[in-house]
Amino acid sequence: MATLTMPVEEKKKTYEQEALITGAEAIAIACKLANVDVVTAYPIRPYDTVMQYMSQLVADGELDCEFIVAEGEHSQFEIVKHASICGARVFCGSSGVGWMYAMEALTVSPALRVPMVCMVGNRALDDPGAFGVEHNDALAVRDLGWLLTWVDSAQEALDTALIAYRVAEDRRMFVPLAISCDGAFLTHSQSLVNIPTAEQVKKFLPKYDRGCLLLHPDNVISVAPQANEDWVMEIRRQNYEVTERACNVIREVYAEFEKTLGRKYGNPFFEEYMTQDAEVVLLGMGTLSTPVRVAVRKLREQGKKVGFVRLRWFRPFAGPEIAKCLERFKAIGVIDRDFSFGSPNLSGVVATEVRSAMYTGAATRPPVLDFICGLGGREVTVPDVEKMTEIIFEAAKGKAQPLTQWIGLRG
Amino acid sequence: MGQLFAVELIYRGVFQKTLAKNITRGIVLAAHNEGKLGISFGRYGDSPERNGIPAKSFAIVASDGQTLEAGMAQYEPKQVDLTIVLDDTLCKGAESWAWYGLHPVHHALKPGRTLIVVSLQDAAALLKLIHRREEPYKLGMVKGIASFSGMWVYKDDHTDVRILGAIAKALPELVSLQAVEKFIEDKLKNPLKVTSARTAYERLTTTEVKPGQGSAEELAQYTFPKWEDMRLGVSIKGQPQGGPYENPITHEVGGFRPVRNELFKKYTTRSFRPVVNFKTCTKCTLCWLNCPDASFDVTPDGTYDANLEGCCGCGICEAVCPVKDCITMVSESEFHDNDSQWVRFKKDQDAYLKWLEKTIEKREPIEKRSQGFRYRGQYKEQVPEALEIANAEARQGD
Repeated sequence: MATLTMPVEEKKKTYEQEALITGAEAIAIACKLANVDVVTAYPIRPYDTVMQYMSQLVADGELDCEFIVAEGEHSQFEIVKHASICGARVFCGSSGVGWMYAMEALTVSPALRVPMVCMVGNRALDDPGAFGVEHNDALAVRDLGWLLTWVDSAQEALDTALIAYRVAEDRRMFVPLAISCDGAFLTHSQSLVNIPTAEQVKKFLPKYDRGCLLLHPDNVISVAPQANEDWVMEIRRQNYEVTERACNVIREVYAEFEKTLGRKYGNPFFEEYMTQDAEVVLLGMGTLSTPVRVAVRKLREQGKKVGFVRLRWFRPFAGPEIAKCLERFKAIGVIDRDFSFGSPNLSGVVATEVRSAMYTGAATRPPVLDFICGLGGREVTVPDVEKMTEIIFEAAKGKAQPLTQWIGLRG
Repeated sequence: MGQLFAVELIYRGVFQKTLAKNITRGIVLAAHNEGKLGISFGRYGDSPERNGIPAKSFAIVASDGQTLEAGMAQYEPKQVDLTIVLDDTLCKGAESWAWYGLHPVHHALKPGRTLIVVSLQDAAALLKLIHRREEPYKLGMVKGIASFSGMWVYKDDHTDVRILGAIAKALPELVSLQAVEKFIEDKLKNPLKVTSARTAYERLTTTEVKPGQGSAEELAQYTFPKWEDMRLGVSIKGQPQGGPYENPITHEVGGFRPVRNELFKKYTTRSFRPVVNFKTCTKCTLCWLNCPDASFDVTPDGTYDANLEGCCGCGICEAVCPVKDCITMVSESEFHDNDSQWVRFKKDQDAYLKWLEKTIEKREPIEKRSQGFRYRGQYKEQVPEALEIANAEARQGD
């Protein structure tokens, strides 16, 4: 069993410190700092690392919470759903088919306005039984009112988990939020992380106050009654309202985070790397950012003006901003660590969203190519990225390229 | 645009679900014998799988496909050429499972058209129940016991074809008696049913109802909230607990009355109601404990008053009450208000007990009640009797 890298005698101290921890561990520490009330767990790789760290925090007396190991993911998410409606700050998570097994509980949470914060350790959907990263698990809830964010480092995982509680529990929001961490690359690799103090976090993160939506004997309400066709559309419209507000709330919370905890993330929705004078860009989510950044630097040395845009928030999808950002490039290559079989142009999910955003929001029509890459945890290599860039440059020169290509595939 | 007809059929959930479907199907198939096209459907927002809930089925028939499509391009017809009520206790109005106010049974009926009711009562008695309206209409009576069956069992007592026969009389443009007979011969293959349809055709009695004639009860209205006014999180305000209440005569305070949902009163979901003898009540609590809808108020006397806002008429209280004739279920058509029986008892004990005696004489023995299915073959046994009553009553009406 992996252990927290902090020496035991130092664990209870509250000073800011640097630790060598995994992405999963970073999220567990964030939950401790957020002082969560109810945690539910059910083991599945790679999510279960966070469950392991959480249980250790509880066992060591560092975190006082209900830690419930459910009999399956469906119950796992149902339990936190109910706890959250009763006013508890909750944490849970899953991976791959475990997440899918919880689907019924996942679909009801947005309408019930449950601000549950979850970690999805991204994993390929079975079959074949595989542990490696693919984004289709978390993306399965993309249309249901969940907020979805992808992080690419343990530091960002910790910070985003704190941000997540503040965003999800904002009165204007009250919706579930999933933080996606790429299986293995982030959940299982340790890197150096700055851990804020409990005092700092307390300043940043107000108490969860559900107000008149609290299920409590002193506030008698009934949640989730049966409704017929005269009610459902209005309820959906209420969730639409949340997604309309989401970008502003997220922007506010990042600004507040910077003010209170000091780390600056710039644009919350996406991170630009070497794009200033770039002619073409790559765009992707999650830990593939590492080989992409290395390749970009290498290509820059060769005089090739390429940049990278890493998407942080997939829901809400900051469409107008992304379109405005991308319209200045001659060609765009989206790297999809997912698939959307039968979609327009047979592209992945992210490319389809980017094209849709640009159709309405961009002043220009640069080609948007899609690269299906790194499925099932396959390595996205620096040469892969060089190859993609080459193809994008060809497109930028006006040479037609296939809209969807598989990169790193044998054959 | 060709000819278009819409028929609304109001029935009781579960008990008449199959019957309702058979009738609206029969309308479409019979009309099809004359070259017309049609569809038959139930209102999806109703809950026909809940005991006694007023529910609706429709038949839309047209002379051609495009006209039919024009008639179908709405959730349900807003105006109908014929309304059929399969249980006369529904004459007090219909409200669906998702409550949005009380609708009179003729709310969609075009002026001058016919409302057909299956009943053993006469038109004058029914007009005490049916709400008044400004437009005149006709009240057609099909004499007979309301045909109730179960979720999985169907009582084939010819009510379906008797209604079809009555329709042919009331609205021959929709379907002729010949077309109805041909449908029965071809599809139901039962010559006795042809006779039943023809008899009902011949014996449909119709009364002209003038504007303003009928019950003056005020209709409970409901306005849907806008999306931004609705509570978030698919939550609704719960009911406070309730507490003691006042005896309106002595002003003595006591007992316990739970607070009930203001918007969901179960008046029209009942076909029976409990009548309570407060004098013989031993305060044993069994009715109060067993009522699935918490519809009993504990009176300041410690007896139990069936609060008709909450009562759906299931009869469990009668079944569990250990005292003879202390709680008796009586047909809803005998009553014209939902007032507290206990308050009436307190006002004038003797008058109440006299009324009680008279009222519970009208009860039917449990084994004769149409709700529910008690043993295999029960419905089959009831059919000849139902037919006989229908015909005998019809003869009286001649």
